[in-house]
Amino acid sequence: MAHTSTLSRRTSSRITDTVVWVVLATGAIVMIAPLLWMFSTSLKTKLEVFALPPVWIPEVPQWDTYVRMWTDSLILSGFQNSLIVSLTVTIIGTFTCSLAAFSLAKLRLPFRNTIFIGLLTGIMIPFPTLMIPQFVMFSRIGWVDTLLPLIVPAIFGNIVMIFFLRQYLENVPNSLVEAAKIDGASYWQIFWRMIMPIIRPAVAAQFILWFMVVWNDYLAPILYLNTPERQTLQVVIANMNVQYATQRDYPLIMGASTVALLPILVVFLVFQRQIIESVALTGTKG
Amino acid sequence: MTTSSATTVGSTATAGLRGSATKPPRTAPPGGGSTRLHRHEQKWALIFVAAPVIGYLAFTLYPVCFAAYASLTQWNGLGPMRFVGLQNYANLLGDEYFRISLFNTFFYMIGIPIGLALSLALAIAMNRKLYGLTAFRTIYYIPVISSLAAIAILWQWAYNGDFGLMNQALALVGIDGPNWLASTTWSKPAIIIMAVWKGLGYSMLLYLAAIQSVPRSLYEAAQLDGAGAWQRFRAITLPMVRPVTFFLVVTNIIAGAQIFTEINIMTPTGGPEYSTASAVWHIWRQAFRYQQMGYATAMAIVLGILILIITLIQFRLNRRNSFVID
Repeated sequence: MAHTSTLSRRTSSRITDTVVWVVLATGAIVMIAPLLWMFSTSLKTKLEVFALPPVWIPEVPQWDTYVRMWTDSLILSGFQNSLIVSLTVTIIGTFTCSLAAFSLAKLRLPFRNTIFIGLLTGIMIPFPTLMIPQFVMFSRIGWVDTLLPLIVPAIFGNIVMIFFLRQYLENVPNSLVEAAKIDGASYWQIFWRMIMPIIRPAVAAQFILWFMVVWNDYLAPILYLNTPERQTLQVVIANMNVQYATQRDYPLIMGASTVALLPILVVFLVFQRQIIESVALTGTKG
Repeated sequence: MTTSSATTVGSTATAGLRGSATKPPRTAPPGGGSTRLHRHEQKWALIFVAAPVIGYLAFTLYPVCFAAYASLTQWNGLGPMRFVGLQNYANLLGDEYFRISLFNTFFYMIGIPIGLALSLALAIAMNRKLYGLTAFRTIYYIPVISSLAAIAILWQWAYNGDFGLMNQALALVGIDGPNWLASTTWSKPAIIIMAVWKGLGYSMLLYLAAIQSVPRSLYEAAQLDGAGAWQRFRAITLPMVRPVTFFLVVTNIIAGAQIFTEINIMTPTGGPEYSTASAVWHIWRQAFRYQQMGYATAMAIVLGILILIITLIQFRLNRRNSFVID
């Protein structure tokens, strides 16, 4: 009796597994289909785009789309501007965040609670509330239509990252830092030689996540950047979407969108494990 | 909650160290020496934390104060600010477009429970030992990391009434789809579907992490007691993932209240009869298209206060939640 019941439970769980797998696979197709469609559209001729029934695999893939976009549009300058903003912000910003997290977590910081609570209130104020006064500030010093308003506020640090790193540092015993102090290490040496190597995994994951956010940003760039050559990639593709839709050049629009998406996709596929672990951690730590 | 308790732990720890600092006699110089050391440490601590503090003062606190004042003026951003008291806020009450855009913003949040239910179901499915799970997880997560501008462009095209992917897929099951973004009925659902699609992987990942931390023995014990699958879900899974649900609800509300990119790209005019215009989109347009800086700032402050309230509720409830778990 007991034997048959475990047997039937095993077969029933195998059936459930199959059903669940099919559901997950269908879902995966739904998730990936729009992106594949975007890529496939970029390789179509302008005629194939409007073919009914739709064509999934273009007869002759128009790889030319990916050649002409660099000369016909502002993709190249957009790419450069996005890289300048994203790299400057994340490299300098990660450094200031790590330093601040070290100070908040491990040093005798005067007014620690005031500073902490102050920074905390900073998280609660959304960008839309700040965007008008910030815009006026930067326009008064003549920074409109430059990349500076996108870079400068961010290199002073990202409060969410500071808190994340500070939390991470709570697990590092204070005695380590105390011992280094007794050995006569300067605070800079303690930070650079001891703290940085310890927090490197956390910093790396946060760096990548922040890079993605800056790379994908759209609202701040459209506020500040008017000259087409000075715009970041996201603004460039959004403008192309308006400009080329009237010419029905959907392959070019979809190709540009694919290119805008590609760097982050590659970074994600390479650092997938670290990114996913870090994201899962933010959720459980709240 | 975790953060605030950690501060107290941190300060007691340093207090303890200060007390024990007298113990190692080798390096601790007598009398004023240790306070000089402390002062030295405090100086460096302040230098290290200076950048975010300056950034906060210059790019958050000052703009907020400025916004509070600007919201009380009539101002085009360039000319003089004319103080009008609470006139802007009074005008807000009668502004039909602001009301519509706020309504739309809240309407989009219908997507939050839908997305959470779907992602929880997916996470439970992924908790089984199945073939190709890593690949599934990657695929579900790709929309999350993708550029929102690119995604919005893609979906705008996918919602095209005649040639869009959406209606072609619907045609397979015999449904004649609407011209999504041109219809006052379907434009908002279109935005919601896209948002759910984009956010699914993120919530799923957090749920999966939470479910995997539930001890298997709990489920086994429940099974031995004769609890069915639904009962196990209700009595074990749901309570165990409650903190994640809470975190996701709040972060989604905060992010949803600021929805802008997809609106501006997919419906550059705010949709038919303003049916897709969101609050931030409306504020942006008033400020940067019509130069009504004072009035737009007043709207931005109202939105900011709404978001602030939600954030504060999160901190409050989060504190209570953690105690329940502890």
